[in-house]
Amino acid sequence: MTTPPPKLRFATVWLAGCSGCHMSFLDLDEWLFELAEAVEIVYSPVASDTKVFPQGVDLCLVEGAVANADNLELALQLRARSKVVVSFGDCAVTANVPGLRNLWAGVDGGSRQSVLDRGYLELADTGAQHPHAPGIVPELLERVLPLHEVIPVDHYLPGCPPSAERIRTFLEHLLRGEEPAMEGPAMLGFG
Amino acid sequence: MSAKLPAVHGSINGQAFTAAADATLLQVIRGAGLQVPTLCHLDGLTPVGACRLCLVAIEGHPKLEPACVTTVADGMVVHTHTPELETYRRMAVELFFAEGNHVCAFCVANGSCELQDVAVEVGMDHSRFPYQYPQRHVDASHPQFSLDHHRCILCTRCVRVCDEIEGAHVWDVGYRGSTCSIIAGLDQPWGDVAACTSCGKCVDVCPTGALFRKEDGTGEKHPHPERPRQLAEARSEHHWQNQ
Repeated sequence: MTTPPPKLRFATVWLAGCSGCHMSFLDLDEWLFELAEAVEIVYSPVASDTKVFPQGVDLCLVEGAVANADNLELALQLRARSKVVVSFGDCAVTANVPGLRNLWAGVDGGSRQSVLDRGYLELADTGAQHPHAPGIVPELLERVLPLHEVIPVDHYLPGCPPSAERIRTFLEHLLRGEEPAMEGPAMLGFG
Repeated sequence: MSAKLPAVHGSINGQAFTAAADATLLQVIRGAGLQVPTLCHLDGLTPVGACRLCLVAIEGHPKLEPACVTTVADGMVVHTHTPELETYRRMAVELFFAEGNHVCAFCVANGSCELQDVAVEVGMDHSRFPYQYPQRHVDASHPQFSLDHHRCILCTRCVRVCDEIEGAHVWDVGYRGSTCSIIAGLDQPWGDVAACTSCGKCVDVCPTGALFRKEDGTGEKHPHPERPRQLAEARSEHHWQNQ
């Protein structure tokens, strides 16, 4: 009797994004059972309760831009602990909507101050105040960055969100040990 | 009646062509059923060679040439998809994305944008250049249309269609370098420019979501880039309706 080969250790991460890419991942529906046969999900906001990013990850999909100190710490950690890192969706690839506050970088106080003032002071109905809980609420970075400006990225899967079919085709290639053919409207395209 | 121009012969990607001596390389390339990406070019408008996506390699020429403004010559040997050209094209598209504020996710033109399509065509999966997030503005002073400068790639289709087809010449290009922008009238709010006939041709030909109808929300823009050619042909060949 032979021992089955160890399953590929698979993780998904949610940084500064709306979770729409993860919703699209869940749209894989019954193919998720096939995926679960092929991989061991070791870290994921939608498929695992693990709170600490584990060591020895083979493949990691990263949704979202890098917008705060926690995003940055997790990005560095997942890169150090993963063989293959994928920029998963437009926020990871381009900074997309979270990156819009970069337009206020040149305004007095910068983008961080501008977005906090707008969200917590100007638009507050009552009790206007900035959130302040050091060590609990992560500090915003001054500039929101796409993932590849923070860590080396091995593959890019654009889309807002990438469709379930695009995600499936991409993962099927990687699971077969092939380079995903990222070309044409089925596999590429922002928005 | 002018004398018939002599035909010229050459090859594109190894495929022989015969063309009228006043044809542009882009006309010959497309006539042969081949493709090069374009953004500023539009049939029916004067070509300007602004976007640099239709660059081709011509044997014996020391530099790459924009096909839309290059006239064919006898014996031309042309290549449209060398590795060098593909590298430059993708780089040019990445620079378009990096120099403006192009966020497809909530753009009026999402799904009908030529910049979005060309990114797919050149195989762009991310930008290697950091996004610049330039400070631009939106001109919503016109009662029917808006101009969002964040999404403008300065292709000048609006300038040309307004001048050459509508004859109103509302649009021009102002300023220099990274502050270069499309201007209305004498750099006035669009709504203050009396020359504008509100015909909407500029909105029809804009390749991105820069010019749009106010009622259009995300992904609701329906451009009509075929109209300048239809109008130019109708005028030159007298295809008047109801006559």
